[in-house]
Amino acid sequence: MSRNPFIRLLRFLFFAVVVRALILVALGLTVRNRERLPKDGPAVLAANHNSNLDALALMSLMPLRLLPKLRPVAAVDYFFTSKAKGWFVTNIIGIIPVKRGSGKEGGNPLLACEEALDRGEILVLFPEGSRGHPETLGPLKKGIGHLACARPKVSIIPIYMHGLGKALPKGSTVLVPFNCTVHVGEPLYGTGTYNDFVTALGEAMMKLGAQEKPPAWE
Amino acid sequence: MTIVFGLPQPVVTATAGVWAVLVVASLIVWGLRLRGPAERYEELVRRTESWWWMIGAFTFAIAVNTTVAIVFLASISYLALKEYLSLIPTRRIDRGLLLFAYLAIPIQYYWAATDWYGMFIVFVPVWLFLFFPALMASRGDTQGFLRAVGTLSWGLMLTVFALSHLAMLLVSGEVNNPVAGGVGLLFFVVVLTQFNDVAQYTWGKLIGRHKVTPKVSPKKTWEGLIGGVLTTVAVAACLGPYLTPMDWQWSALAGGVIGVAGFLGDITISAVKRDLGVKDTGGLIPGHGGILDRVDSLTYAAPAFFHFFRYFFTP
Repeated sequence: MSRNPFIRLLRFLFFAVVVRALILVALGLTVRNRERLPKDGPAVLAANHNSNLDALALMSLMPLRLLPKLRPVAAVDYFFTSKAKGWFVTNIIGIIPVKRGSGKEGGNPLLACEEALDRGEILVLFPEGSRGHPETLGPLKKGIGHLACARPKVSIIPIYMHGLGKALPKGSTVLVPFNCTVHVGEPLYGTGTYNDFVTALGEAMMKLGAQEKPPAWE
Repeated sequence: MTIVFGLPQPVVTATAGVWAVLVVASLIVWGLRLRGPAERYEELVRRTESWWWMIGAFTFAIAVNTTVAIVFLASISYLALKEYLSLIPTRRIDRGLLLFAYLAIPIQYYWAATDWYGMFIVFVPVWLFLFFPALMASRGDTQGFLRAVGTLSWGLMLTVFALSHLAMLLVSGEVNNPVAGGVGLLFFVVVLTQFNDVAQYTWGKLIGRHKVTPKVSPKKTWEGLIGGVLTTVAVAACLGPYLTPMDWQWSALAGGVIGVAGFLGDITISAVKRDLGVKDTGGLIPGHGGILDRVDSLTYAAPAFFHFFRYFFTP
């Protein structure tokens, strides 16, 4: 993320005006158990992934005061397809780029995430890895487990969202307004093995998702 | 009619009255919370806080000018339609088509803003009623067709057509209400409908015993309904001659129409919620639920009062 004060101001205005108008006014978020959201970093918001709007919606949940600390984690290959797109997601959205599958080559793909947590930042992360089937929770990747166990003191907040997959699903560029419901869960900590953590997180997210029966979407 | 702050003087005085009632009610709630266990009144406090926002927004909207008021009313339709479409089962194939449903709102409110009654009254019930099923049929997916057509048409009627009567009342009332203009009529129906909700709720809480609709809305009682409507009739009889060309008898009758229509709107949305298995239509207004929970009674009271007034008091 840029240190340039002008770009930081641009980022602030983008989130304070454009994103909030879009997410909170045009779409509308209903947040269940808002009090469980972290008051400050370091923390990880781990949510299900249905739409390109997911990260923006999660970032709108947090007060603007924390915006400089908010960092969505995103895949390099998807977002760095052009120079302009790369600049935008790096400087305005403020993502931490992760190289998918680079763990197999022996490196630590989540090093940047760990460093961000050490700086007290708040990560927005989608453990499913990609958007998958709209409005369903796919299997979780192991990365979140490694990250949680590497920083066991950091609270990981499971979150389940309904509705954004209808508003802007994968493969669509037309936004249709739908309300979105966000269920915030109790924080989890990576105290055991990474596999246990991934299982626990998956169960917590499933449980949050089951709190509400979304209307049929067939 | 005397104009104060750009509004007819009776509307300014009546608005001041609403704010006075709000202040007194807030003081009572505040007192209750100080005396009793705070958790018991948490919901009531949230509700009261939300009333400040809603009455504030309404006052602002009518105080600036007619355009702002119409945009405000159109936004209520937008939020209500969005909430409705988010609650009901929908078909993936209709996703893009629902964007056109939203487009109906600016168009419908444009007819109202330009006082084009002929278009206003046929646009949704005739043109959109014919257009959307044909559009859906032309896309070729017949699975769930009838349900998709039915739910969309009904939703548009309720959230766009019915609620837009408020804007039509505001615009057309300008010439038909020499006492306090269109804004006087708008104020009359909106404030009385909301007052009627609170009155029915309060009477029900105080002396409610016999359930009206045990299956649909178990908290509604005959005592609440009758007490609420009678209170609304009494308030309408006092307010009407001051804000509208109706004398106190006609105003009382209008109050009865608003009270009963408001109740019917309320139980209709309750039936929808029960059918869908949700408690609230949304979480937009803390302590109240969604916007549909708040305007449910208006979806019936607005057209009912509009056509009552139009039939008896428009030359």
